[in-house]
Amino acid sequence: MLSKRIIACLDVRDGRLAKSIKFVDTKDIGDPVETARRYYEAGIDELVLYDITASSDQRSIMLDVVSAVAAQVFIPFSVGGGLRTVEDCAKVLLAGAEKVNVNTAAVQNPQLIADSSRAFGAQCVVLSMDVLAAPPTPAAPSGYEIVTHGGRTRTGLDAIAWARRGEELGAGELVVNSIDADGTQEGYALDLTRRIAEAVRIPVVASGGGGKAEHLHQVLTDGKADAALVASLLHYGITTVTELKQYLDQHGVKVRLT
Amino acid sequence: MIHIVDYKAGNITSVKRGLNHLGVDSIITPDPDILRRADKVIFPGVGQAASAMEVLRERGLDLALREVCARGAPILGICLGSQIVLDHSEEGDTACLGLLAGESKRFVLSDPALKIPHMGWNRIRVVRDHPVLKGVLAEEELYFVHSFYPQPEDPECVFAVCEYGSPFPAVIGRANLIAAQFHPEKSGPAGLRILRNFVEWHGGGR
Repeated sequence: MLSKRIIACLDVRDGRLAKSIKFVDTKDIGDPVETARRYYEAGIDELVLYDITASSDQRSIMLDVVSAVAAQVFIPFSVGGGLRTVEDCAKVLLAGAEKVNVNTAAVQNPQLIADSSRAFGAQCVVLSMDVLAAPPTPAAPSGYEIVTHGGRTRTGLDAIAWARRGEELGAGELVVNSIDADGTQEGYALDLTRRIAEAVRIPVVASGGGGKAEHLHQVLTDGKADAALVASLLHYGITTVTELKQYLDQHGVKVRLT
Repeated sequence: MIHIVDYKAGNITSVKRGLNHLGVDSIITPDPDILRRADKVIFPGVGQAASAMEVLRERGLDLALREVCARGAPILGICLGSQIVLDHSEEGDTACLGLLAGESKRFVLSDPALKIPHMGWNRIRVVRDHPVLKGVLAEEELYFVHSFYPQPEDPECVFAVCEYGSPFPAVIGRANLIAAQFHPEKSGPAGLRILRNFVEWHGGGR
């Protein structure tokens, strides 16, 4: 039986680890490579390195971080943030990432999903979607709308329809990030995650709002997520990978125990 | 020295990084003549059977791999590399290398809650001892990501199975060929131990 995955998300800005709250007000909280290695040794199942560097001329720093992580961490990790072309994706894969995470660029150019999927295989392509709860409109009837540019731009796209389209185009996995829940530590967006998980056949990763082990339990059971993304919870030492997994194991969720 | 076959498959550098970490020298090569002389070969793979076979044929690596295998050099196939060592793949109805009799098949899952690809950590059950699987513990999990799985004709060629809806072969092989559907290079300490076992293996039976 497949285990539910716990994925640590590391936001990286100018080569340093940052934690954003509702995508603004980022703070430097450490070295991403050292943190990645520490979580790996603690038994994390997967990592996401998200480049939140503002200027594109700093992008090469991220590739250095990716190869340093790849040399020390022998679990899958994906890289996202600012990947606009198949060539951008190829660079991070070559630097040692297992998967690429596309978000805003895929909304602007959905062909990016299809092209990367054809070039590297669907299992390499993660479609990350930032979702805002909004009153239903004819274009976005589910009451969930896709936003881009770290939550600043509304697109009018329906989140459920976009998830299905992403799957059709060749994404191998979805990350569903609730802008409303992100950084609150008050729990994942359960209804949103469940509706997307039920709408597609590919794995769904819940993101945003994890503040304690119970929240992970909720989203991996009621929320029907295949994996849960955690950030502050680990970065600020509120809990550990071991504690999270023990809690889930004791409450009937199959996880990898190391 | 281990030769890693380069046919534009995604996880080649990851395999090399895993070997570096173990202190083992390796070379990534797209050259069939270099591959023919290899003592030990890792045949990785991420991607799609038809395009992988196309690249292998274009580069003459299909013939080189058959020669290396016939000569008795230890070969480790990984992921797609465990599928296309068989005769045929259902993925794109593709004729494959035929190093081992069998076919790779698409998952047919009746439970709609089971996602495809089978992506994540899962246990394997060793059904036949093999030097490369030495020390693998029952509760240890390995990292899988795939929508097809290898099914050798001869059940004696299955060394470990994994459960996803129903059991499927996770490690297959015969003589000097061993192949894993999971990614040892991405499976933490348990995976690195399997890589280490392969490095120490001389290609002899069990």
